[in-house]
Amino acid sequence: MTMIDERRQLSYIAAQAADARVNVELETEGMTLNIGPQHPATHGTLRIIARLDGEQVVWAEPSAGYMHRGYEKLTEVRTFPQITALVNRIDWLGSFANEVPFILAAEQLMGIEAPPRAQHIRTILFELSRIANVSLFLGDLGVQLGAITPVFMAFRDREYVLNLIEAATGGRFHPNFDRIGGLKDDLPKGWLEDTKASMHKLRTFCGEIEDLLFGNEIFQARTRGVGIIPKEVALQYGLSGANLRASGVDWDLRRDQSLPMAWDKVDWKVWTHPDGDCFARCWIRLQEVREATKIVDQLCDTVPSGPIMAKVPRIIKVPEGEAWVSTENPLGEMGYYVVSKGDTGPFRVKIRSASFNNISITPWLLKGVLVPDIITILASLYFILGDIDR
Amino acid sequence: MSRLSSTGDTPTAELASDHLRKALIDRLRSAIGDALVDSYLVAGVDVWVRVRADAWRQAGLALRDQLGMDYFCYLSAIDWMPSPFGRSEDDPTAEVTERDDTIRQGYAGGETRFQMLARVVSSSTHVGINIKADVSENDLTVESWIPVYTGANWHERETWEMFGINFAGHPDLRHMYLPTEFEGFPLRKDFPLLARLVKPWPGIADVEPMPGVSGDDEGGE
Repeated sequence: MTMIDERRQLSYIAAQAADARVNVELETEGMTLNIGPQHPATHGTLRIIARLDGEQVVWAEPSAGYMHRGYEKLTEVRTFPQITALVNRIDWLGSFANEVPFILAAEQLMGIEAPPRAQHIRTILFELSRIANVSLFLGDLGVQLGAITPVFMAFRDREYVLNLIEAATGGRFHPNFDRIGGLKDDLPKGWLEDTKASMHKLRTFCGEIEDLLFGNEIFQARTRGVGIIPKEVALQYGLSGANLRASGVDWDLRRDQSLPMAWDKVDWKVWTHPDGDCFARCWIRLQEVREATKIVDQLCDTVPSGPIMAKVPRIIKVPEGEAWVSTENPLGEMGYYVVSKGDTGPFRVKIRSASFNNISITPWLLKGVLVPDIITILASLYFILGDIDR
Repeated sequence: MSRLSSTGDTPTAELASDHLRKALIDRLRSAIGDALVDSYLVAGVDVWVRVRADAWRQAGLALRDQLGMDYFCYLSAIDWMPSPFGRSEDDPTAEVTERDDTIRQGYAGGETRFQMLARVVSSSTHVGINIKADVSENDLTVESWIPVYTGANWHERETWEMFGINFAGHPDLRHMYLPTEFEGFPLRKDFPLLARLVKPWPGIADVEPMPGVSGDDEGGE
């Protein structure tokens, strides 16, 4: 070995040692990163406290409760028909879907069932709120990863659905339309044709999003292999909806339980994905919007005639008993455990919202990821703050 | 109770007996013995079981490992005491009326004011089970379910802050929603809804009979 080589090697070792010393010094001090409660990347007031080592998250925990409204307590001083106005505000992007399981639970306790026409229209409105909710997710997803265009398209095309919901129920965000025993009103004239036309536009929107976003190299690099949730972990945390199906669990409450709704009367598919990463979760949601438009299309063709309201007493008293009803809401499994003591209002209502369980996995999931991936993972888990805090 | 289904593929006779849910009760009994206190079955709809509080975690493990209930749905509690404030709709100027304060528990019975309530579901059969446990008021503690279902962590924090039920073995029982200094347990029935105390419910002021209907007719269709 020549002298020059030896010297070069020695200087290399010295440089390594200096680097190592710096690294050791850096390691002694972690950094705490506080995201939120008001931060554009947290959509809503979810605060995330992350302890970092360099770019890596060592420990992270979301801090909920900035929007806790105490609905479980409030239901105890309200009558059954009044509660739909409260539960509308849990997941405010898919409001109608929140009303349905509660009304079904009350109907189950009273032993009545809505007439077929009401069940049919309920299902249409349920799927429309899913489209309104999840199409916004598809746009919002782009913004969180740095793509601006999809969100404009999402707001543009979601408007069609909101207009339909408004035309049918009178409210764009809070329909308060579901009643024990049926629905408040029948559909306006020409609504079914308008709906079918809009579903076509929404399918075009899905195609555009798929081309623009899902086929994008950067998007794939940011989402594939990031935030992988194995099937067993997902079930342990009670993840539901698209988050669970993206981990390979073939389970959809619309298909796998029998409720007095119209999902079993049409032809549609439940999508699953084996990967369990961020990409899988986003992809499943895209497919779900497509399936929802298909469901609405078919249901619009087959709306039965008849009354929209069953015979119910003017003052509703629900017989003593307990009932659990949950449905496959846009965000996942949303259920109500209703305890009645034969009064006009419930004795206790436990609200099981999807986002609470879905977001409770984050301390486990964020451990060891890089800082930019925090945003990707949270975006792909998809939560609504009102659905966590209730 | 009417059957909540419009599909015609399940024969009614099989529904009336509901073998699937009945088998769940039998298998849980063989797993935890007399720690299973009571059960209640609404055929074709749902099933309730009540276990002893000291067997809470044991029952959870049996449900997970032997009954295949791998999906954790939720965990909470019920306060069965009738609210001393009624429905917070009283006229504050009226005389105080006597309220019925007997504690009556719901399905699967019970002996205590507080009951644990949880639901777990099988991801393969899609059949769920509601599980309850009496928690004695002298010692409001049950074992944590975190070793059984990891997702119980947040649910137990919420139950602790809302009902004051302690979970032995929970790593960090911190407030979930309420401020750290908050005193009291809001979902207990003896915790008043403060908004209604500050300003009485206006509904009592403007009760108007419906046109053409006599005032106290409640059952009219």
